[in-house]
Amino acid sequence: MLAITVASLRSIFRNPSTVAFSFAFPLIFIVVFGFIGNRSIKVAVGVVPGSDTTSQVYNMLRSRPEIKLITNETNVAMLELLEKGKLDGILNIQKSSDTSKAPYQFALQTSKASAEGGAMIQMFMMHSVDQANLAAAASQTQLKPSAELRSEEVSNHAYKSIDFILPGMLGFSLLSMGVFGTAFVFLNLRNTLVIKRFFATPIRKPYIVLGEALSRVLFALISSSFIIILGRFVFGFTLVHGLFTFFNMLVLTFIGLFVFMGFGFIISGLAKTESAVPPLANLITLPQFLLAGTFFPISVFPTWLQPIPKMLPLTYLNDAMRKVAFEGLSLFQVWDDILVLFIWGVVVYFFATRLFKWE
Amino acid sequence: MADKQIIISVKNLVKQYDDFTAVKGISFDVYEGEIFGLLGPNGAGKTTTLEILETLREKSSGEVLIDGLNVDKDQNRIKNIIGVQLQAAGYYPSLTLLELLDLFSGLYNVTIDKKHTLAMVGLEDKAKSKYKDLSGGQKQRFSLCTTLINNPKIVFLDEPTTGLDPQSRRNLWEMIRQIRAKGTTVVITTHYMDEAEELCERVAVMENGEFVALDSPDQLIDNLLAGGFVRKKEVKAANLEDVFLALTGKEWRDE
Repeated sequence: MLAITVASLRSIFRNPSTVAFSFAFPLIFIVVFGFIGNRSIKVAVGVVPGSDTTSQVYNMLRSRPEIKLITNETNVAMLELLEKGKLDGILNIQKSSDTSKAPYQFALQTSKASAEGGAMIQMFMMHSVDQANLAAAASQTQLKPSAELRSEEVSNHAYKSIDFILPGMLGFSLLSMGVFGTAFVFLNLRNTLVIKRFFATPIRKPYIVLGEALSRVLFALISSSFIIILGRFVFGFTLVHGLFTFFNMLVLTFIGLFVFMGFGFIISGLAKTESAVPPLANLITLPQFLLAGTFFPISVFPTWLQPIPKMLPLTYLNDAMRKVAFEGLSLFQVWDDILVLFIWGVVVYFFATRLFKWE
Repeated sequence: MADKQIIISVKNLVKQYDDFTAVKGISFDVYEGEIFGLLGPNGAGKTTTLEILETLREKSSGEVLIDGLNVDKDQNRIKNIIGVQLQAAGYYPSLTLLELLDLFSGLYNVTIDKKHTLAMVGLEDKAKSKYKDLSGGQKQRFSLCTTLINNPKIVFLDEPTTGLDPQSRRNLWEMIRQIRAKGTTVVITTHYMDEAEELCERVAVMENGEFVALDSPDQLIDNLLAGGFVRKKEVKAANLEDVFLALTGKEWRDE
């Protein structure tokens, strides 16, 4: 079995297109999207419970479509979300009884985890407060400002676009490697009669599959390590717990690839010729490429579309990768993502074992 | 012949596909240490028969014993004592010959002297070439050498010389004789009658899934002549192939 693994691995490295696809392709995407950066137009602002919502500024905030006000979270939960970059800012509005101060006190917290969103909300707040003050000044004779803004930044590691792009890209490259690679290889081995020649030797059938699969897994681990390490040192990809996070990501790589290879087995069973592989494989990879949160979070999709990404296995792999890499969660803490992948694995291999053909 | 050991025993072998019977109840024995030829036109059932003996295909009925082992029960033990050359051989195209030998010795779980194995088929200079870069004759020679990795008792060769030039063919014959000289039994299929005549102790002629003759090439020719057969054209002491070889040399080239 190991002999097949070695031979197959050598064969993979001799194949320039496979190597290009798994190393260069993801990197190009990472570089391109890394430079474009994340242009999220929407900002999410948490409003501290008990905040005063009667002020003019608050109404202005509420009327802006690009600002999403979140009012149903606790203080602690919001702070955590802010540190993870899922909230762009936290706003606390209190009415002041102190007559020496402005009647409305605004306190804004932002974080480097969402530096751009934080800056946007801050600019917007300053603008709104100024406007409110101007309006107040015009209607009344008093010069005392009606609102005051204090800003503070929660210290935190910055959430860079690479932190979003890299796990997504890694997930997608695993998907295409699993689906395309496996489908092509088994079809090829079948058509070039390599498998038949194996049958003439004492090797048992499951070992042929295992040997081939193992070589893909090894290859995926090598290329994933390469991408993660390059991402870490060239693009500043965040590995919260360093090496530990790195190994956790490799474990996820393994789980993901295992599930995706199942799709490859199914396709190699269905496709009769090589030209039949790409349409079938694209049918599986393309929707996930676009919808599974590879380049942009699935939250940007309209609500009616949301259930679809929430069914795709890549969504959960990407999600788990990001949580592990940036939020520093352990594999046990992303058990729900892994569970979904596992269920997908069971379903996929159920069909794979039925459809797989030897000859 | 009577004192020879039977190494392959086939009785009433039938292979039925959905609406077509490829092999219709053939029986024959192959003796240890002989070169046994399976002749017949395309579609006569030669390859099917061979693949059943090689345990690559299930038979429909009948009994096949390979060195006393039943093809139904002892597939893996049989695979350990046979070497198989398929009609269209499959190897990872981008691996070098040495790497492929690593692979196959791993599959048979044996350690081999790779250089020596390649030298047996005259490919020692090609050790670091990739399989896909070999010529047709070299591919066949390499394929032949992979059948010898496990030091088999029986070697099955399915049309090993098809598509080769006369020099390569003769060269391959020489190698097959060497294999036999080491006591290995060889079962070979071919379309070339001169090849069968040259190599085989005994040949079976297949037609539509049945044996129409089974004897030594010499005896089959004598039988035909005894029946009053006369060749239309007077046979000369040499043929065109002899002319070709005399003109282009007998040694095989590195194509």
